[in-house]
Amino acid sequence: MLAEYLPILIFLGVGTGLGLVLIALGFLLGPRRPDAEKLSPYECGFEAFEDSRMKFDVRYYLVAILFILFDLEIAFLFPWAVSLDEIGTFGLVSMLVFLAILVVGFIYEWKKGALEWD
Amino acid sequence: MSSLATIGGPVGLPHFLVLAGILFAIAVAGIFLNRKNVILILMCIELMLLAVNFNFVAFSRWLGDLDGQVFVFFILTVAAAESAIGLAILVVLFRERKSINVENLDTMRG
Amino acid sequence: MNTTPVAGAADFALVAPEIFLLCAACAILLIDLWLPQRLRQVTYLLSLVALVVSAVLVAGLPGERMTAFGGTWISDPVAKLLKLVTCGTVAAVFLYSRDYLLARGLFRGEYFVLGLFATLGIFVMVSSGSLLTMYMGIELLALSQYALVAFDRDSPVAAESAMKYFVLGAIASGALLYGISIIYGVTGTFDLDELAAGLDGSAATNVGLLFGLAFLMAGIAFKFGAVPFHMWVPDVYHGAPTSVTLFLGAAPKLAYFALALRVLAEGLGSAVQAWQDMLIVLAVLSLVVGNLVAVAQTNLKRMLAYSTISNVGFILLGILAGTPDGYRAALFYVVTYVIMAVGSFAMIVALSRRGFEADRIDDFRGLAQKSPWFAWMMLFLMVSTAGVPPFVGFFAKLYVLQAIVDVGFVWLAGVAVLFSVVGAFYYLRIVKVMFFDEPAPGLAVSASGSFRFLLSVNALAVLALGLFSGALLDAINRALP
Repeated sequence: MLAEYLPILIFLGVGTGLGLVLIALGFLLGPRRPDAEKLSPYECGFEAFEDSRMKFDVRYYLVAILFILFDLEIAFLFPWAVSLDEIGTFGLVSMLVFLAILVVGFIYEWKKGALEWD
Repeated sequence: MSSLATIGGPVGLPHFLVLAGILFAIAVAGIFLNRKNVILILMCIELMLLAVNFNFVAFSRWLGDLDGQVFVFFILTVAAAESAIGLAILVVLFRERKSINVENLDTMRG
Repeated sequence: MNTTPVAGAADFALVAPEIFLLCAACAILLIDLWLPQRLRQVTYLLSLVALVVSAVLVAGLPGERMTAFGGTWISDPVAKLLKLVTCGTVAAVFLYSRDYLLARGLFRGEYFVLGLFATLGIFVMVSSGSLLTMYMGIELLALSQYALVAFDRDSPVAAESAMKYFVLGAIASGALLYGISIIYGVTGTFDLDELAAGLDGSAATNVGLLFGLAFLMAGIAFKFGAVPFHMWVPDVYHGAPTSVTLFLGAAPKLAYFALALRVLAEGLGSAVQAWQDMLIVLAVLSLVVGNLVAVAQTNLKRMLAYSTISNVGFILLGILAGTPDGYRAALFYVVTYVIMAVGSFAMIVALSRRGFEADRIDDFRGLAQKSPWFAWMMLFLMVSTAGVPPFVGFFAKLYVLQAIVDVGFVWLAGVAVLFSVVGAFYYLRIVKVMFFDEPAPGLAVSASGSFRFLLSVNALAVLALGLFSGALLDAINRALP
């Protein structure tokens, strides 16, 4: 029954409620005397060097692209590994073919210099 | 197969389908409403495929047929390949335009 | 769940062309890595050899319908025909592209390897016996195409059109998948044969199935570029390098035809009432919008893009008839359209040179004075696409019209004829520009000998297939009995 989910609902309610109450208390009770120093952005005692919304280097995206692709093979390797007993040689060879194709991609990116940072 | 509402306890197939439908709609709305950043579009595309995955897993469980979950594995992989291509195109676009603003994607008309 | 059938030699024999193509594409990718730029021609030649060998392997497949890998793979005459045409088209595209790429410093191995992977995607789509196999093929083709459009990394328009194509394409595959998931939920299978066996006459009124079908149809319409899912077509055709437009405009259409044939006609054949109505809307809108907007274009690539949209309308007309005659007419149409499209885009490539794309209609002004032979070749291609007898484009339109009149859609045939007449206007405008205007300065056909020869063969084939349309029709009849 839906009653089984009641604890979760209570938990959500208490969590949200407590959070709101604490923020509200700080807002209502705390003293507020702003001046220029307090409102300025804080960066380890220096003036801020640059806009905090800085752009990431494009090279991070390259790493991201490669990571996504080679990360996903795990999704295939886990189910394959646990069922290797049943699928036998055919399963083993299938996975070797799959990995071989991945290796082709890996050689390509290596040779193209995608793994060099500079 | 048993009746729609009762399988798997109080949370049954309809709940999963509605959730997937809502996620899918959010993703599509996100793609069309977003005018700022192409990265957000990539995230919406991912969300869209995950919504579909939800559908497949829910149906697979309901039908007692594993094929649906196999399909999910393939979609996951394709989604990864798709975001890789998307990011790659994004990098090319950024090199040309120095911006990834959606509103700048309008140089062709006709 | 059924027990895992371990695939045997018979299964692998049926996918021999695909296995070869995959190995060849991987091998060429690796070989290309170690080639110095001056030996890049080797990649190009190896790619052509790979296509020829796969065509030979396809030709060696058995002539009757066979399935492999538990029904997920179909090898039948229509798959064989479509694969052979695909090999021929892609090989022609490679030949046409070589000089264009060389002149622009784009002559890189990736173009050919991506082309081969796209071809593999087409092969998989054409032969797929289950929605899962179909999805794999669609994505392999689509991902290769996104990368191809962005291939010229120094062109801002190419990057923009690739982004548009990618985003809209991803939405389309999302919609397609959502449709597949609903259909799976309703029927419990991905297998197209089981799908067909499990559905009966009541399928057309099954709400769940209709819901899934609507999403599926949106995906198919997007892939074809049918109105109202056509927004990407002009931008992508315009923004991509012409040698890539050449690729996109031709061979993939064969695969999308196979997608519609396998999923709608074979899998969901008993729900014909349901998808027929959707296709009527798509086909009529494509004919109207495609032809009307094409008239207003000044860029030839955009004009040909809208012309593609209107031609897709015709292909959909043939499919929506829902009869074997209709499918045959659509197959005839798509094969001839691909031949004409390759030729038309190749004409743009022929006139272009470094720093000059020749993609405006004005660039063809006075071609008849400078190069009468190619003006005539372009005339053949344009007149055939417009549907004038005795060219093959006329017969393609005729068979489609016959097929839909046979099932009682006389008004649809009327709409199609009316907008074909509108279409004739903009095709003939190019002829007028070529023959009756003063030549633009610097206009010249700068293509190599083999390019000229292939283009001439291509254009003359349009005439020859028209004069001997019976032979092509025979082949089509054997492929789709």
